[in-house]
Amino acid sequence: MTTIEAPRTPAAKPQRRRGINWEKWGWMYMRASGVVLVVLIFGHLFVNLVAGEGVKAIDFAFVAGKLADPFWVVWDTLLLWLALIHGANGMRTLVNDYATNPTVRRILLGAILASTVVLLTLGTLVIYTFDPCPAGQPADLLPSFCPVNQ
Amino acid sequence: MPEKSAGTLATETVASPTIRMPKRPAGTLYRGREGMWSWVLHRITGVAIYFFLLVHILDTSLVRLSPEAYNAVIGAYKTPIMGLGEIGLVAAIGLHALNGLRIILIDFWSVGTKHQRVMFWVVIGLWLVLLAGFIPRQLMHIFGGE
Ligand code: HEM
Repeated sequence: MTTIEAPRTPAAKPQRRRGINWEKWGWMYMRASGVVLVVLIFGHLFVNLVAGEGVKAIDFAFVAGKLADPFWVVWDTLLLWLALIHGANGMRTLVNDYATNPTVRRILLGAILASTVVLLTLGTLVIYTFDPCPAGQPADLLPSFCPVNQ
Repeated sequence: MPEKSAGTLATETVASPTIRMPKRPAGTLYRGREGMWSWVLHRITGVAIYFFLLVHILDTSLVRLSPEAYNAVIGAYKTPIMGLGEIGLVAAIGLHALNGLRIILIDFWSVGTKHQRVMFWVVIGLWLVLLAGFIPRQLMHIFGGE
């Protein structure tokens, strides 16, 4: 026997998936990191491209001078992690939008994840194992505060 | 037989009105207008900046290798061609950043959706101001003239 539901019975609620809603937090991350990146990126561009002699002034000694300062170490670390994860998550959205073939999609998503992990590791190691005064290097390429230049 | 008899007059008035197809899709929020073009630009600039970032992390990592290696590669950024490329990069990041803030306002500001169109033109305006500040400075840096 078919039961006829009472009028105005609400449609069955779709089963809400349990657990963390990762898509929601990814969406929140794009916005939260975006706001911070505005400050980090424009500060980065101003100091490196606009102030002083601009891009012409950038060389090893310039970078070494910046990375000898804990302020820029923190700045560059945040920039690396926030920007790369924001960009990678944005690329994930594009792959999900355009890669209709499941195999191709898996490969592309895997490539994004792998490159992100490799570059975050590389970049972080460079920032924290950096030596502004490497031994045996020509003194004129090193910053003025290095012992060889004193 | 005359074309127009009294009998056909009535049918003429109730003849179905001609429906003209709109020249462009109408009645949608996104298609063909500021909403769509801001999305297209946000996507293209996002991808462009992403690929630049991949290369930029690699070239900067050379500071850990040796001063010569880093100076050799960064030298490539100082040529006039790359100097113009940096203008393109700043233009792309500037547009993505300003429009990103617009997206955030649309999502979280109670009347953001209502003002999305005017906010798009505010973004374009601020972007032109940013470029008006940056481009002359950059041209002076790459071609000299300070
Ligand atoms: C300067 C500050 C930035 C702000 C305010 C910003 C803001 C945003 C926002 C709000 C979104 C939309 C996410 C969504 O719709 O769910 C987004 C998407 C995206 N962003 Fe950014 N972003 C910034 C910097 C960057 C950087 C540095 C990169 C590259 C490394 C990047 C790459 C992307 C990509 C690829 C997308 C996905 C585009 C799409 O889904 O159509 N963004 N950004």
